[in-house]
Amino acid sequence: MELDRALLREMYYRIRRIRRFEETAEELYKRGTVVGLLHLYIGEEAVAAGVCLALRDDDYITSTHRGHGHVLAKGGDSKCLLAELCGRVGGYCRGKGGSMHAADIGLGILGANGIVGGGFGIATGAALSAKKRNSGQVAVCFFGDGAANQGIFMEVMNMAAIWKLPVIYVCENNTFGQYTRYEEHTVTDRPIGARAEAFGLPTALVDGNDVTAVYEAAVQAVARARAGEGPSFIEARTYRLRGHHMGDVGFARGYRTREELEEYTRREPVGRFRNWLLENNKLSEAEIEAVEAEIEAEMQEAIEFVNSSPVPDVSEILEHVYA
Amino acid sequence: MPDMREMTIVEALREALAEEMSRDPTVFLMGEDVGRAGGVFNVTAGLQAEFGKDRVMDTPISEAGFTGMGVGAALTGMRPVVEILFCDFLTLAMDQIVNQAAKLHYMTGGQAKVPLVVRTLMGAGRGAAAQHSQSLHAWMAHVPGLKVVMPSTPADAKGLLKSAIRDDNPVIFFEDKMSYQVKGMVPTGDFTIPLGVADVKRPGSDVTFVATSSMVQVALAAAEALAAENISAEVVDPRTLRPLDKATILESVKKTGRAVVIDEGHLSYGVTAEIAAIIADEAFDYLDAPVKRLGALDVPVPMVPVLEQATVPNAEQLMAVTRGLFGRRY
Repeated sequence: MELDRALLREMYYRIRRIRRFEETAEELYKRGTVVGLLHLYIGEEAVAAGVCLALRDDDYITSTHRGHGHVLAKGGDSKCLLAELCGRVGGYCRGKGGSMHAADIGLGILGANGIVGGGFGIATGAALSAKKRNSGQVAVCFFGDGAANQGIFMEVMNMAAIWKLPVIYVCENNTFGQYTRYEEHTVTDRPIGARAEAFGLPTALVDGNDVTAVYEAAVQAVARARAGEGPSFIEARTYRLRGHHMGDVGFARGYRTREELEEYTRREPVGRFRNWLLENNKLSEAEIEAVEAEIEAEMQEAIEFVNSSPVPDVSEILEHVYA
Repeated sequence: MPDMREMTIVEALREALAEEMSRDPTVFLMGEDVGRAGGVFNVTAGLQAEFGKDRVMDTPISEAGFTGMGVGAALTGMRPVVEILFCDFLTLAMDQIVNQAAKLHYMTGGQAKVPLVVRTLMGAGRGAAAQHSQSLHAWMAHVPGLKVVMPSTPADAKGLLKSAIRDDNPVIFFEDKMSYQVKGMVPTGDFTIPLGVADVKRPGSDVTFVATSSMVQVALAAAEALAAENISAEVVDPRTLRPLDKATILESVKKTGRAVVIDEGHLSYGVTAEIAAIIADEAFDYLDAPVKRLGALDVPVPMVPVLEQATVPNAEQLMAVTRGLFGRRY
């Protein structure tokens, strides 16, 4: 697939933007400004960016509880997202949801989710809805290797297959389900996609640290869904460079070594893509720096927005229980 | 007065579903055998033939999956009516109902709306044993964000189901399997009953029976028999547990000074405890006797009818408890 310069620039913008957002959130957490639980997406940026680049603005996604990357990749507002992590009224959910429930329903972002595998039903139902409305929309369900072991995954793949629903299951295999390694919690003599193949879904296994590979797989799956040919499955192999949550690194809990983390840090997707762009003369250093400057300015704006947005008044507590 | 027709609860539910599907193209039904077979209790009989397979969908036996899909469809412009065949099977879909549907509006700061109806079946009485006979409405009513409806008459069934479908919140709609053939007059046409409005099923002056779903018939039978003993019982049917019409319940108790709460859920930690507590808390000065409660025995529902019947409150028990409130022993 020939990827033009504008698209490559956009790819770099999206993965770099996620990385800098997460680093900003991490910094604000350490300062006490981010007040809730925080699960960082650092190292996995290419998955969200590659998939969402293949989507239309009105398509749907469901996210995980490591969801900032998906929200941003689908066009989410970094100010509203950062403010949500900090529990401010300017946040996406007025501080009521936090990191694990960030959503922008108007952008088709049907929510991060605190339940591992919580998006399976919602995404598949959104695809059913799109099909009923003949809207041409597709739904993407992002989930982790951990969520692949929830039973509902099998239930919805079966229904998506029998009803030919426009849904794409994107398994973001980041090597860990909380503190347990993929090869310890899952049968690995076959890939997770073997489960999808059992329901007749086309599957792809891609390097999740290669944004172009993820994008190309997503384009195919989206085309199939859009054409009414039914669901697909993509596994993107990647590596969680941070702990399960802030405060966890992994050494103390014994699920990885420093050597392994160093090895995967060398393979991380943002710097890797930057180098590839330069080495292949896809973008110039100046063009890349312009993208980075744009993102730095956006992050500063987001921080200023957080600082200007108050925490909610306690009187809001009973609002939004019922519509 | 609107035109009225006599029909069963099954027929009233079917009419409500058909009218709402005709009125609103975003309404659709899904569940196990709701389509071609017309539902195990015939509630949806004929609807697939009338509205087509896309709007009356037979699902696999995957309660979590299709309930979750109902949530997703509701979030994105549809108004799904999902059927969970027996409320015992709500357990399989609990995450979708409790963690997703109930909380999305709140968690997203009001962005998301989940206009989902989950129709389900409750109650003992058919020898269906411990996994097909429970009355788990108290579980659902415990969760902020859900609405819980339990009709006891054909008119209520129709009017409440239409309101549930039009509501922008997830509504769990409990149908009692032994009440399906109860007959009553039902207004024809577009007739709705707002959620959160109790109904006085029988006026009275000496004691208030707060009765839900299957227990409304029990309370009415007891009230009729007690009239011969010069005890005038008022029967209040809350019709919805969330929202709960406390005002009508309290108004009745303030008038009568006595209350018995009767419900088919287990006695412990259930609906009767909640309503009795509200009465004790907010009408204490009006009470002439302690608030009494009748509920299902705290046992799994046994199959054999002689045991099964003994788990569910009946009119004789209600009468005996009521006589006690008047210092009478029989």
